[in-house]
Amino acid sequence: MQKIRLANLIMVAGMLSVFVTVSMAFAISDAYKGNIYQVGTIKPVDSKLVVKKGNQAPDFSLPSVSGDKVTLSQFRGKKNVALSFVPAAWTPICSDQWPGYNIIKDTFDQNDTILLGITVDNIPTLFAWINQMGKLWFPVLSDFWPHGAVAKKYGVLRSNGVSERALFVIDKKGAIRYIDVHDINKRPPLEDLVGALEKLGK
Amino acid sequence: MKNIYSTLPVIGILLLTLVSSALPANKPPEKGGVLPVINLPIPKNPTEKVYLGLSGDGFFKIPQIKAKVVIIEIYSMYCPYCQKDAPGVNELYTFIEKNPDLKNKIKLIGIGAGNTPFEVEVYKKTYQVPFPLFPDKDFTIHKACAEVRTPYFIVVKINDDGTHQIVHAQLGDYPGADPFLELVLKASGLK
Repeated sequence: MQKIRLANLIMVAGMLSVFVTVSMAFAISDAYKGNIYQVGTIKPVDSKLVVKKGNQAPDFSLPSVSGDKVTLSQFRGKKNVALSFVPAAWTPICSDQWPGYNIIKDTFDQNDTILLGITVDNIPTLFAWINQMGKLWFPVLSDFWPHGAVAKKYGVLRSNGVSERALFVIDKKGAIRYIDVHDINKRPPLEDLVGALEKLGK
Repeated sequence: MKNIYSTLPVIGILLLTLVSSALPANKPPEKGGVLPVINLPIPKNPTEKVYLGLSGDGFFKIPQIKAKVVIIEIYSMYCPYCQKDAPGVNELYTFIEKNPDLKNKIKLIGIGAGNTPFEVEVYKKTYQVPFPLFPDKDFTIHKACAEVRTPYFIVVKINDDGTHQIVHAQLGDYPGADPFLELVLKASGLK
């Protein structure tokens, strides 16, 4: 009987480990040295969207790291907007997401789109973090106070107070054209976002 | 019923074997060691195929590259230091290719940790990378290399009998094309 229990245990442990190991993969840039906090694998999505494609995007104003206040509606009629919510500064996947967007400014420009990066971290934390990324061409906004209010407006605030890893593409009329609330443990493939941007003009 | 239970340990061991292959290696590739098993697709691009001295389709292992020394950069499109170093690594390629004594002896490849083929192409186009880059979308190679931070450089000496040895490995700190080439030449015994 004990042998059977042991066998079951081995089998269950084996099956669980597969899921854990498969979902934890990420590559950290040496730019952050040893300063990235390991969060492990967490629940892929822990919030419920309150907007959907075709809805008007909820307006907001947030402070940016550069000191300006950025309001979504200021781009109405002028630019498409991509919102990139990432969960938290100094964590593995978030730290290696925006540097990729940073080298495709031409793609955003070609599609007449501004990118806004948003986290629930405060400005000093964001300042230190994005300095490690080099010079970002797009505004980085702090949704720190009231805590996560903008993330909540879109339905991407998780129960522990960080946002989802989520992308929204909003056209010049203010309508949401693309939503990707991604598994928080994985980076969204770049081609999906670029594909969404390229559809804006069609 | 008894038969079912008697097979459980076997299933368990099989699953554990699968798990261990998915687990990251304990140690990154280091000087004096050998590469983990890395299977890369033979490039479809004829120029890259000729550069690596490969033919046909399918997969190849790094020691099959026709060279005395292979420099591998494990990088990511999303890595700020890799982006910063990209022009300097391109320069390394140019120095080697312009030197008739080194041209056919040292080859350079990049492996994009966690990068999709699209992301690899974006990096290649952005930095006009002249040497072959390979996607590692599912982090398979990155895991086999103990999930090293990026960029990670590995210099491999290929012996005439097909065996190989890592003669240098370093995390980041790319010193520029000239000093790095000097280091490669000394470490590999080409100088």
